[in-house]
Amino acid sequence: MGFLSMTRNIAQNLFEGPSTRRYPAVKRYYEPKSRGMIGIDIEACIFCGLCSKRCPTGALTVAKDRKEWEIDRLRCIFCGYCVEVCPKKCLSMANHYSPCVTDRGDAIHLEKQAPKGTTEQPVEEKLEKE
Amino acid sequence: MSQRNVIPFGPQHPVLPEPIHLDLVTEDETVVEAIPSIGFVHRGLEKLVEKKDYQDFVYVAERICGICSFMHGMTYCQAVEEVMGIAVPERALYLRTVWAELSRVHSHLMWLGLAADAFGFESLFMNCWKLREGILDIIEATTGGRVIFGSCKIGGVRRDIDGDTMKGIVEKLDRIAAEIRHTTDVFLNDYSVQHRLKEVGVMSGEEAYALGTVGPVLRASGVAMDARKIGYAAYRNLKFEPVVEKSGDCHARCRVRVREIFQSIDLIGQAARKMPEGEIAVKVTGAPSGEYFSRVEQPRGEVIYYVKANGTKNLQRFRVRTPTFANLPAMVRMLKGASIADVPNIILTVDPCISCIER
Amino acid sequence: MIEEQTTIAVGKDELLGTVSDFHSQGYRLVQICCTALGDTIEIHYSFDKDYRFTNLRLTVKPGEEIQSVSIIYWSAFAYENEMSELFGVKIRNIVVDYKGHFYRTAVATPFVATETDEKNDTGKE
Repeated sequence: MGFLSMTRNIAQNLFEGPSTRRYPAVKRYYEPKSRGMIGIDIEACIFCGLCSKRCPTGALTVAKDRKEWEIDRLRCIFCGYCVEVCPKKCLSMANHYSPCVTDRGDAIHLEKQAPKGTTEQPVEEKLEKE
Repeated sequence: MSQRNVIPFGPQHPVLPEPIHLDLVTEDETVVEAIPSIGFVHRGLEKLVEKKDYQDFVYVAERICGICSFMHGMTYCQAVEEVMGIAVPERALYLRTVWAELSRVHSHLMWLGLAADAFGFESLFMNCWKLREGILDIIEATTGGRVIFGSCKIGGVRRDIDGDTMKGIVEKLDRIAAEIRHTTDVFLNDYSVQHRLKEVGVMSGEEAYALGTVGPVLRASGVAMDARKIGYAAYRNLKFEPVVEKSGDCHARCRVRVREIFQSIDLIGQAARKMPEGEIAVKVTGAPSGEYFSRVEQPRGEVIYYVKANGTKNLQRFRVRTPTFANLPAMVRMLKGASIADVPNIILTVDPCISCIER
Repeated sequence: MIEEQTTIAVGKDELLGTVSDFHSQGYRLVQICCTALGDTIEIHYSFDKDYRFTNLRLTVKPGEEIQSVSIIYWSAFAYENEMSELFGVKIRNIVVDYKGHFYRTAVATPFVATETDEKNDTGKE
């Protein structure tokens, strides 16, 4: 039985400096495997809709006729199931998070495939509501 | 007889951030009866299984609890694998064991912190959680998530840990273990901790066994019952003995968890040495038909998953008996006769996970 | 196979006798679980001793009254209250009977789908 068993830890903590990070100044390191954000290479997508069928929370919607792929970032639970089932491997998991939003609607992210057969370079269109 | 008062405890209480309500019937400072009521955040997940594909349901099972999430996923997978008769590759079983033990270490460290917080030892609380971060970093590096691993699937695991990483993990754990020992020594030896926990909430082994208590609460009362001994995953190839303490009080429960942290670190080392090379998953096709009770030792005790399937993609019935649910009667029994000031400590040493109950 | 599990079917009348047999042999009550199978309700009583897992299976009709085993295993009260509130199983003589106040549910007996529920249920969450 001791009275001063915590002293050692306290002394160690005094000399070790803070265990926390001064956040905005010091960025957090994300492991390469960290699950943070689903991304898509929309040009490779064939709109099979497997990802939206498999998504446990129904965060994904795929519209084959309009060639649109939509994700509700706030419903996504970063399980990575969509990435796994994608037959074209056009979905990817980034190791950082999506930016903060102040409104639920802002978290809905839409990707649209450029119409094929045009001579122009395919333009990636991002229709994020402001 | 002095006057009886009813003191409500929860659903919001500083010592427990989860919603359980207890009506404490008191006489002066002594609790004469405790009546629990739950169901504040019941999610009906057992019913959800009827609408979800059995393979997708792993993600739901994992989210029953945020602390032992991996073990929930693993128990569910085991249950379905048994029903379907799938032979899981050895390597996957070892990986499951490593992750399960990692989550036990982080759960116990978190609990030690919460316990320190409950008896008002703030710096100890912060110390424990600081150490837990080291474990969470390992978990994030190997699975991609801090608490929700998302690594278990029916037929194996989703991710592999390569040899060098595994070696690094074992070395890092050895380093962390030395630090953990400095902190746990405070729990084991400090006068103020012992003064607060010894001979509080005593439960004898016979009583604990009769009440169907599981996990560290049962083992602290001297009953060597550890579901890992059944030999699921890779445990049948690893050497370990259930951690048992005799005295059955709050401090014994604390000691059991402290010793289990080091036991888990040792088990990870053993698993890392014995881990065979090979596949990490088998392909699963078809639909399950049959029923099985799967049992796994979670940080809080034995969890039971019952799966009943009738050959369709949706399971017919899925039932979870979480360790906290089994420990509820013991908690009620321990509170009887306790002093009001000891109530938070007693409740906390059961390590209640209310979101587990409210599956 | 991880472990052998035996399941014994029991009738409503033999239930208490069989359970007290288990009790006197030193078995631990692991759990009680209820399964609604349309026209019948299956109740599993699971026991464990030295890692031997044994089940009792009781099949009853909805609305049929059964005896509580909480007289033998006190801790059964939690499971039995759960069963009676989520599945509507009528259980007589529970030692601690919450009489419908164990869970706070919006619908009475939510785990047994009645016909009106099925109609209202469009399959969307």
